Amino acid sequence: MNSEYLIIFFILGLALVGGAIIFSSLVSPRSYNSEKFEPYECGIPTEGPAWIQFRVGYYLFAIIYLVFDVETVFLFPFGVVMKSIGLRAFIEIVIFVFILGLGLLYAWKKGALKWI
Amino acid sequence: MILDIYSFSTLTSSIDNSLHNMMSPWMATLTEFVLVGIVFLLFYALLGLFLVYLERKVCAVIQNRIGPNRVGRWGIFQTFADFIKLLMKELITIKHADKFLFNLAPFIVIIASFMAMAALPFAKGLQAIDFNIGIFYVIAVSSLGVVGILIAGWSSNSKYSLIGAMRSGAQIISYELSVGLSLLAIVIFSGSMQLSTIVESQADGWWIFKGHIPAFIAFVLYLITATAEINRGPFDLAEAESELTAGFHTEYSGIKFAFFFLAEYMNMFIVSAIAATLFLGGWMPFHIGGWEGFNQIMDYIPSILWFFGKTFVVIYIIMWFKWTFPRLRIDQMLNLEWKYLLPLNLMNTVIISFVVLMGLYFK
Repeated sequence: MNSEYLIIFFILGLALVGGAIIFSSLVSPRSYNSEKFEPYECGIPTEGPAWIQFRVGYYLFAIIYLVFDVETVFLFPFGVVMKSIGLRAFIEIVIFVFILGLGLLYAWKKGALKWI
Repeated sequence: MILDIYSFSTLTSSIDNSLHNMMSPWMATLTEFVLVGIVFLLFYALLGLFLVYLERKVCAVIQNRIGPNRVGRWGIFQTFADFIKLLMKELITIKHADKFLFNLAPFIVIIASFMAMAALPFAKGLQAIDFNIGIFYVIAVSSLGVVGILIAGWSSNSKYSLIGAMRSGAQIISYELSVGLSLLAIVIFSGSMQLSTIVESQADGWWIFKGHIPAFIAFVLYLITATAEINRGPFDLAEAESELTAGFHTEYSGIKFAFFFLAEYMNMFIVSAIAATLFLGGWMPFHIGGWEGFNQIMDYIPSILWFFGKTFVVIYIIMWFKWTFPRLRIDQMLNLEWKYLLPLNLMNTVIISFVVLMGLYFK
């Protein structure tokens, strides 16, 4: 099959979720109680919104991830041609991974991987 | 060789031919669309229900209980009953939520897992779309699910959801790297990203055996990181129920909650299927070089049984993890990835390139 068929899978996901939600909203009972629509917070009244500034630790990991993920993408074409190119590809990949490792070591020493 | 009677390509091509004989090409294509759609929808729904049942039974066996046993024989219809119950529940959208994003999140999560399934080779000649960058496509599409999780957590405007979503985001993107690198091992060995070619390359032995120790290390690393990638215990920090209620889907109810649940199980199936395809030979039977009689007996088992057998073995191992190990802390988990698994994976990549360069693996 051709890759245009991918659209079926998109439509399937859409139809499954959409259909079930529409069906469910038709058959499910409804009752109103103002307390019911509050965000859950261990039983006591909710204190303030949750759209707040959040800890920076997560974002640091996200930034390092971004760098490394792009590098991983570069490694895949190398994997495909490794067998046919041979020694030259191997030397290049050693240099590539070495530089990548230095980058990881740098982030590590700078304390980006430390959870405060 | 694989017996031709078990090949699905004869079946699919005969359906294709008869449809084209009966009606105009345009109508035939449309009918095929609908047929494939119905088959995959049924497969997806039934597999999801079965996996939930399996999980409960496996958990019960490990904890020395019986598990679900009231609805139907051996409780087989328990998940059907649960599904109907969830369908009848009221859908609550909480007051201060971002309504559009709140409703969008289940769509993204389910569509991501549906599209990943398009590339899986289920049996000989039974693969919806055979991309030439197959494995790359699966990694790319299945990691879209994290967007849905982040949106779900953020739009709920609840603190538990936000913490759960942030944890999940950090966890999934971190482990994404190691998943990619451990799958790269097999791409180097087989020299292709196309899933059907990778399966064909394992006709005389699976990569986990042919690739010596480096391939085995890659398999173990893949199992660990894939477990983390799909948010399952011991890495289920995103929904750590003892501290975060239910994590990113705390505020979801009824069928919307069910979709997050379903997507988690389908992702488990997808990562297990990828493990089976790349490391354990996909639908290829178990062959030992030189043992002709043995190999011929193995050929009599249909390829679809081989695929699902291997997949369910991997699924069982992942479930076993969940019910055996205690949950990690978020800092321990990120340490494990960045300070141990990632350097190990990078080193393994170099070692595998060396092995392939010197031809030290079984060809």
